[in-house]
Amino acid sequence: MNMSKIVRSAAHLLFPAILVYGFYIVVHGHLTPGGGFQGGAVIATGFVLLYVAFSYQRLQEWFHLDSFKNAEALGLLLFIVTALVALGLGATFFYNWMANTGGLFGMPVPFGPNPGYLNTAGTIPIMNIAVGVEVLGAMSVILFYMLRGIKGGDE
Amino acid sequence: MYLNLPFIGAGLLVLIGIAIILMRKNLVKMIMGLSIVEAGVNLFLVASGYVDGGIPPIFTAAGDTVMVYPTVQAMTLTNIVIGIATTALLLSFVIIVYRRYGTADVDGMRRLRG
Amino acid sequence: MRKIVSVVVILVLAVGILVSTTMFDFGNPASGEMDTYMLANGQVQTGGNNIVTDVVFDYRGFDTLGEATVLFTAVLGVGLVFRRMRNKKEEEYEYE
Repeated sequence: MNMSKIVRSAAHLLFPAILVYGFYIVVHGHLTPGGGFQGGAVIATGFVLLYVAFSYQRLQEWFHLDSFKNAEALGLLLFIVTALVALGLGATFFYNWMANTGGLFGMPVPFGPNPGYLNTAGTIPIMNIAVGVEVLGAMSVILFYMLRGIKGGDE
Repeated sequence: MYLNLPFIGAGLLVLIGIAIILMRKNLVKMIMGLSIVEAGVNLFLVASGYVDGGIPPIFTAAGDTVMVYPTVQAMTLTNIVIGIATTALLLSFVIIVYRRYGTADVDGMRRLRG
Repeated sequence: MRKIVSVVVILVLAVGILVSTTMFDFGNPASGEMDTYMLANGQVQTGGNNIVTDVVFDYRGFDTLGEATVLFTAVLGVGLVFRRMRNKKEEEYEYE
């Protein structure tokens, strides 16, 4: 027993738009309100929309549980490695070793209001992307485990 | 008296949440009450950093006025994520208890049965 | 008996909370030396326009590490509760 055709077509159309919107919130975390945690929650909402419009069997055909587990572990690992590199370069733990240097994400910024430049703020965009991937993986894994535990309890 | 209205609102939310936990016997309703208490605490944290006539602390499109304090907003961000983790674990425990005892009522699981 | 005790507790808490909210001052908080330092130097030292993200990921990055660990531990706990038993003979979980 399916949902109606309008609901399924709208879910097919809205899912890429939600993904792009969530990724925009994650990457522009140092210029506008947002960041890693908020953007990851928005992207996980897209997967919940797919579960509501289609059944759980279709969702199991499209996405495997192992890919979300790997994504969550990879996000946390990238976060810790970015913080440990500063310890290897001679400064303290979590030092911003990429800000104001001129390399990747290293343009210096004068004081005062300015239209935001994406090339600034050092290790903060990298940490935003790492935390966004981790929150996306965590929310999807919790959702999949609870659905599998309710439906397939005596399988 | 009504100048500190956000603090009165946060206090009312905490009070209503504690009243729900004390008065109801269903487990899922108790978890809803805990969620309302956490919402009240987050409102109290954000409202305690407000400066009169302040704008959000973002330099992208700012004027020349004073800005609100940013440290309490960072604490609220962490508190929301911790609330999610607590609620997820509590709900999965409710599923296990329902599968074992057959009921989600607190009075039906009072005695320690084997 | 249980309802009388809970009603008394709620009344005492109500009086306590609603009296203590009148002692706060909405609009000028207590001394914020750390916050004025972060507002004055946050943009030049880190390079980001959003001061809240600067505080979360640069000045107080260790709290964010703890928060990511809490989220990871919650997923671990949910996965432990809903695990699959290997032998198909029993349908319930063993309580020993």
